[in-house]
Amino acid sequence: MNRLFCAAMVLLTILATDAHGQVTFDRLLNSSKEPQNWLSYSGDYAGHRFSALDQINASNAHSMVAKWVYQTAATGKFETTPLVVDGVLYGTGQDNRAFALDARTGRPIWLYQRQLPGDIRPCCGRVNRGLAILGDKVFLGTLDAHVIALDAKTGSVIWDVAAVDYQQGYSFTLAPLVVKNLVIVGVSGGEYGVRGFIDAYDADTGQRKWRFYTVPGPGEPGHETWEGDSWKVGGAPAWMTGVYDPVNNELFWPTGNPAPSNRGKGRAGDNLYSNSLLALDADSGKLKWYFQFTKHDEHDWDATQVPVMIDLGDKHLIAQANRNGFFYALDRATGKLLSANPYGKITWSDSKDAEGRPVPNQQSSPTAEGRQVCPGALGTTNWMSPTFNSQTGLFYVNAREECDIFSTAPQPYEQGHAYYGSAYFPADGSEPYWGALRAIDPASGQVKWEFRHLSPSWSGALSSAGGLVFTGDAEGNFIALDAASGKALWHFQTGAAVYASPMAFAVDGKEYVAIAAGSSLYAFGLP
Amino acid sequence: MGAARVWTLAPTLAAAAALLLLLGMTTALAGEDRNPLASDPKAAKAGEFQFRINCAFCHGLGARGGGRGPDLTRAHKRYAHSDAQMFRTINDGIAGTAMPANGTNGQGVGMTETEIWQLISYIRSVEVKTSSQPTGNAVHGKQLFYGDANCSGCHMVEGKGGRLGPELTAVGASRTVESIVDSVRNPSRRLAWGLTEATKEFPQEYETVTVVTAEGKEIKGVALNEDRFSVQMMDTSEHIHLFEKDKLRSFEKSRVSLMPSYDTSLLSDKDLQDIVAYLLSVGAK
Repeated sequence: MNRLFCAAMVLLTILATDAHGQVTFDRLLNSSKEPQNWLSYSGDYAGHRFSALDQINASNAHSMVAKWVYQTAATGKFETTPLVVDGVLYGTGQDNRAFALDARTGRPIWLYQRQLPGDIRPCCGRVNRGLAILGDKVFLGTLDAHVIALDAKTGSVIWDVAAVDYQQGYSFTLAPLVVKNLVIVGVSGGEYGVRGFIDAYDADTGQRKWRFYTVPGPGEPGHETWEGDSWKVGGAPAWMTGVYDPVNNELFWPTGNPAPSNRGKGRAGDNLYSNSLLALDADSGKLKWYFQFTKHDEHDWDATQVPVMIDLGDKHLIAQANRNGFFYALDRATGKLLSANPYGKITWSDSKDAEGRPVPNQQSSPTAEGRQVCPGALGTTNWMSPTFNSQTGLFYVNAREECDIFSTAPQPYEQGHAYYGSAYFPADGSEPYWGALRAIDPASGQVKWEFRHLSPSWSGALSSAGGLVFTGDAEGNFIALDAASGKALWHFQTGAAVYASPMAFAVDGKEYVAIAAGSSLYAFGLP
Repeated sequence: MGAARVWTLAPTLAAAAALLLLLGMTTALAGEDRNPLASDPKAAKAGEFQFRINCAFCHGLGARGGGRGPDLTRAHKRYAHSDAQMFRTINDGIAGTAMPANGTNGQGVGMTETEIWQLISYIRSVEVKTSSQPTGNAVHGKQLFYGDANCSGCHMVEGKGGRLGPELTAVGASRTVESIVDSVRNPSRRLAWGLTEATKEFPQEYETVTVVTAEGKEIKGVALNEDRFSVQMMDTSEHIHLFEKDKLRSFEKSRVSLMPSYDTSLLSDKDLQDIVAYLLSVGAK
């Protein structure tokens, strides 16, 4: 063989491997180079949930049709965002199902379901939001607080580690994030008085490499923000997938409510690092900076919404549409607050502190009889993903317009038991709640347009280079909007309220957009 | 039509059994006939926490009924005569209604067996033993319902009556006298719930809808269901119309009920009492 032929063979081999090869960290870093694939929960490390595919676009979206439907045949909320790698789709279902499908047809390649103990007590449904992938493994966090590696080709369990005792109220519902050779997960359980943490596991072995406790222990900075022993049951779970900045090797991970969620008495102080955004060194889990959105929260306003890295000229922001109703823009290098503007109805704050952070007013703290506060406990938004489209420069998020009556009462802590410190419920006789997909200018925090929903939606949003924003509603519609104007271009009735965030992929040169609803995963495309 | 939500259903044993299997519960769970914590004075207080976490969202603080769930301080309960029945209702939910099985409402986190018994202790502790039973004449109330008051023009009871407003056979069992009276006097104050879909947080309400079709025909009625793009409605002649909104010349929705406000000039307090007595007598069957 001549050398040229040899070189050509090597190149061919590399290309072939590249097309159907393993997912490397390098591929994850450069996910924008392969828009046919969806390699991580948010589609990229920046949290944009943006697809560079433009085959489906504003001029032809009206003709979209369902291409296939996969059914888990399970009940409960179906919250997955699938991954797609080289024609294979990997998703999760209710009760810790996982599956690999032929992404062209929806036909299963393998199915997995974890046998869960009977006494798990996830707060808000037996849900899971997706997998992470690296090499020949996909990674699953389970409702009994295990982290599992499955063989990507067969669904066989490669390793299985118990992160923590689930009987204390811990669980995992998030899609893990892979960075380098680490599988990073944050724990759920803010309703049980857990002590939240973020863990990193060796992708090959399952060995834990680091843990960051979101509630500092004795002697650690921030410990003084907890009264007495309240830190031990302080919550601050980290139940949504964070993002990663390779420039500084930093994870940005959001955290949830202090426990008990509706009662501040007994945990006087700011309650760090609840309701915060944490910047952590990805290799060590060491804290670089934090920003706390809601100090000493009494309204269950987890700050677990996916943070989004946005570059505006020489400004490097990390933005979050927070559950408390404000859109925050922070300096990504320092965590310094740049702006905070409401993007929905809020009644809890009418002033800001020296840093520019909204501070609660006197009328917002829950009482025994109950007090009406907007937004409600479920927040102006929640875990459903926002999306950022650098082409329109707009940040899109589903906002929920609802208010609740927040009450509070003393509640003893019991391990593994619900620990709310009372409850919230809708205002009696109030007007019906509604929602809207809002397009926000991240520079100004101003809402540029909105697409109104009949009732508050639990659907995330996807934007695409086709000039589209996809989202769903509580009435079961999956909708394509014009990204510039918010005009509805297409909709499909899925038959069940959407509790998931959409994604897009391509196989054989054909673009698909996928969304979970009910017990079905739908893939749509052009006719 | 302004009357509060009607709780219609026929829970089947098969469904309940399947649910129990599904939840991995043993039959022993609901095997207790009486609350084992009935004599524990602390149980009711512990149950109040459970109530606030798991139930107050629909049944209101203090269990007096919210916009969504019936008043549980009534001694007479449709699905919970005995403690064992109440346990099953709490644990399994009530099929076909908005009452979810324990731990599945997306709000609370699910209760242990002990916590459910604590909750039952609490509910028993707040029951009003002498609930304000109407002194009305049910026989006369029935005559009014189907006669001069013309309730049956829009409301059905036991298979007889109109369809435009909520079916009222069970309303006497699930709502307080005060709320029924309020619904008659002020039907728009709190619109009745209509269709409840399994995966949807909020039920359809009996909103008034007025459309003008592409041909220019105006149709008025109530929304049976609606989404962003379509509406399913019943007009005042009980015809069902199904529209795509973008094909209509106009679409208007109102939270002023189609039901007239029955003030005392239309319906005296005495006659209203008789009608309520009739509804309670049907609900008690």
